[in-house]
Amino acid sequence: MEALMPALDAVFLAPFRDMVSLPDFLIQVIWEGFVSGILYALIALGFVLIYKASAVFNFAQGIMVVFAALVLVSLFDMGVPAWIALILTIGVMGILALTIERVVLRKLVNQHEAILLMATIGLTLVLKGAGQLVFGGEPKTMITEELGFSTGSSDWEVFDGIVIFQHIDIAAAVIAIVMVAALGVFFSKTRIGRALRAVADDHQAALSVGISLNQIWAIVWFASGIVALVTGIMWGARSDVSFALEIIALKALAVLILGGFTSIPGAIVGGLIVGIGEKLFEVYWGPLFGGGVEAWFAYVLALIFLLFRPQGMFGERHIERV
Amino acid sequence: MFYREAGQFKTTYADDQALLPIAQDRVGLIIVLAIAFLVLPIVASDFFLSSIMIPFLVFALAAIGLNILMGYAGQLSLGTGAFMGVGAYSCYKLTTIFPDLNILIVLLLSGFFSAGVGVVFGLPSLRIKGLYLAITTLAAQFFLEWCFIRVGWLYNYNDSGAIEVPQRELFGLAVTGPHATPETRYLIILTIVAVMTLVAANVLRGRIGRSWMMIRDMDIAAELMGVRPLYAKLSAFAFSSYYCGVAGALMVFMWLGSAEVEAFDINHSFLVLFMVIIGGMGSLTGCFMGAAFIWVLPVILRAIPPAFELDILAATMEHISSIIIGALIIFFLIVEPHGLARLWRVGKEKLRTWPFPYAT
Amino acid sequence: MSTALDEVQTPLNDNTAVASEAAPVLLSVDNVSLSFGGVKAISDISFNILKGEVRAIIGPNGAGKTSMLNVINGFYHPQEGRISYKGKTRKRMKPHQAAASGIARTFQNVALFSGMSTLDNIMSGRSLKMHRGLIWQMLHVGPARNEEIAHRQFVEGIIDFLEIAHIRKQPVGKLPYGLQKRVELGRAMAMQPELLLLDEPMAGMNLEEKEDMSRFILDLNSEFGTTIALIEHDMGVVMDLADRVVVLDYGQKIADGTPSEVQANQNVIDAYLGVAS
Repeated sequence: MEALMPALDAVFLAPFRDMVSLPDFLIQVIWEGFVSGILYALIALGFVLIYKASAVFNFAQGIMVVFAALVLVSLFDMGVPAWIALILTIGVMGILALTIERVVLRKLVNQHEAILLMATIGLTLVLKGAGQLVFGGEPKTMITEELGFSTGSSDWEVFDGIVIFQHIDIAAAVIAIVMVAALGVFFSKTRIGRALRAVADDHQAALSVGISLNQIWAIVWFASGIVALVTGIMWGARSDVSFALEIIALKALAVLILGGFTSIPGAIVGGLIVGIGEKLFEVYWGPLFGGGVEAWFAYVLALIFLLFRPQGMFGERHIERV
Repeated sequence: MFYREAGQFKTTYADDQALLPIAQDRVGLIIVLAIAFLVLPIVASDFFLSSIMIPFLVFALAAIGLNILMGYAGQLSLGTGAFMGVGAYSCYKLTTIFPDLNILIVLLLSGFFSAGVGVVFGLPSLRIKGLYLAITTLAAQFFLEWCFIRVGWLYNYNDSGAIEVPQRELFGLAVTGPHATPETRYLIILTIVAVMTLVAANVLRGRIGRSWMMIRDMDIAAELMGVRPLYAKLSAFAFSSYYCGVAGALMVFMWLGSAEVEAFDINHSFLVLFMVIIGGMGSLTGCFMGAAFIWVLPVILRAIPPAFELDILAATMEHISSIIIGALIIFFLIVEPHGLARLWRVGKEKLRTWPFPYAT
Repeated sequence: MSTALDEVQTPLNDNTAVASEAAPVLLSVDNVSLSFGGVKAISDISFNILKGEVRAIIGPNGAGKTSMLNVINGFYHPQEGRISYKGKTRKRMKPHQAAASGIARTFQNVALFSGMSTLDNIMSGRSLKMHRGLIWQMLHVGPARNEEIAHRQFVEGIIDFLEIAHIRKQPVGKLPYGLQKRVELGRAMAMQPELLLLDEPMAGMNLEEKEDMSRFILDLNSEFGTTIALIEHDMGVVMDLADRVVVLDYGQKIADGTPSEVQANQNVIDAYLGVAS
């Protein structure tokens, strides 16, 4: 018992004492976690869009983020003005969406979801190879200022300390909220949104009432391409644009587990939980494990969550039939 | 044509259930084995043995491991690299703690550690399925990678953070370490892979293999037929991880000579996954085909520019091979989801019924 | 097994025989209720299945027939009521325990192992009877091999009985529907069950296939003494095969008795034809 007490204290009490003793630092940590949570949420959002409409678990979403950001930066480097480069990039993502739909998805209608997942893993390889071939493997700097984002920061004096807010982070949060709201309206109020939900429920039934599956798929892949572009800009503004992002994007999988594969609010909430959770865990509990726990925290959290609630936060319990 | 089973009558169930019921297949296999065991060690160059054959065999074994889990038991895994790592680090720890223990025994024992870890991370498969399970294997991948870096005990607190393979001898012949010749390493690895493939084939055609396939095809029906999902799934995880673990140990001890955590990262998991997809899920032959294809293709691509005196960077060829493999994965999933193995079988069927194209 | 057709039909199989009332009760369902969320699938149903009889469960779509089978073999757990099988009452039973205690079944939508051959599918029914451990399996010599061959022999008997020798090595996924149903029956037979639950064994079959299937069911019942509970929509088949019939409607039992009694029951006629209110 004597030996156990300090260990228990280090795990269950000391971190909270640290939190309370430096509240401004705590707020800073939570804010950092919040911002990276937003970015996870944005990647997860791209997943959800595609999963809802086609039951394809798009493993390539992470590489699409990198790809979009690279196209944007490279176009600018070639002398294209920032805003025109942005529009051109949206065009490129549109073409990409159409190509994927035409070449890959159309051929794999009604296949098992594991096969579709693996097809997107193949897609990841193609995009990664092509991206490195065309743009080179070097990290690039995002054209944050040229797109009109402020790179400055604001200080907030609180609890005898200072909390720093990067303007780009605030912009990221605002844009994420606007985008989720816009998608919400799009899904529930527009004709295409309704068609999309119909496709999500049942491919064949949707086809039989005259909805074009191919059109819907192209639209959602385009939409998630735009989400990828926004994610790429926001992420690139915080660090460099590089292929390392692809691995980080896998964390969105953990986010999806928490939020459920088909829920847009779930993606947001899940993203924030993972983002804030892993920052707090890294800062306050990480030293106990020797640091670097950010690498696996999200997955282990998702794993534990799965064991207790396999259907996700917003999912309904599935009754199996035979 | 020569590939006919006409006249080969099976008079006992034992004959009918043989692994290779057709005589031509048996002869073919014997020829392949003879070349692999007798001809290659004499004829092949050191480069061919240590840069092509040895890695090919290592990956084939890892692919068998993953295929057992994915192709036969239907449980998706993205953590193969980490399970190979567990095998490699266990092997390293065992042989440094017990230097006198026969290295072959150490190699085979190390698989049990990865089997144990595999069972732990396989536990969630009892409650969750499909894509959700992929997440738990990702958790395994990243958590174990982190362990390989942070737990200094695993690599004996080396400054480099890498495991260095010590020299071990078998009958006075160096089999690991810098003095082991490629021929020795090749023959040992070939023997292990051949025996383990046979064992896998035996398990897969018996009661246990059948229970895995039952779970894969229709888990509810399997349970209603008396298969206990707990046993079936966990045994698949254990068996599969054992193979991956031994493959990982062989990879470091017989091929790389030393390894850091990068040798077991997620890209590695994907590499083995691609081998299984392209080779063919649910086929042992496919594992060898997939491993050969994925491993040899980049080697060939790398050899093209120098051969034609083209000034193309090695990195460029790397990217091109990535695109080709990615495109092929998509191609195979669309055209033949059962991979090269199925193409091989269809080819043999065609040969059997030749010249009648539509006889089944 | 080859003498199946030559054998004299036992009284148990004679569907006019009320003598079966004397047979011991194999399974009894007492006051079972099952609901999903707010939806009641089964409410307060009681009936029993006697050893050696062919018991039909009929009713309109959505009456709770399949749910009833799912409760019997432990796939669903009823909120209320008890199920006694072979004199033992159980509260919760896992499906694999039910299988071990001798309950087998087939499914409404064929649930074969689609990646395996006909032979392997039927062999899978022998899972519970095979015991050789991993080590023997790995070597596949001696006892493991003999065991495999002994069970193969048994399974070949079933293949013979069901007349599916020609598709022995074919993957079941590609077989026509009627044959798939037959393979599924074979797989259940391989378990040598005491109680066999058949969920619409003749759905989607043509007349000839139905006749074949009826013959298999009757032979199975008379030759091996397997107790059979079946769900079927074809009333002609039910009346011919069943010794006793229980009728469900909207999750409730509305009739129970011999085919002729049920046929004459006003509630049953109303349920099937609709009542003018």
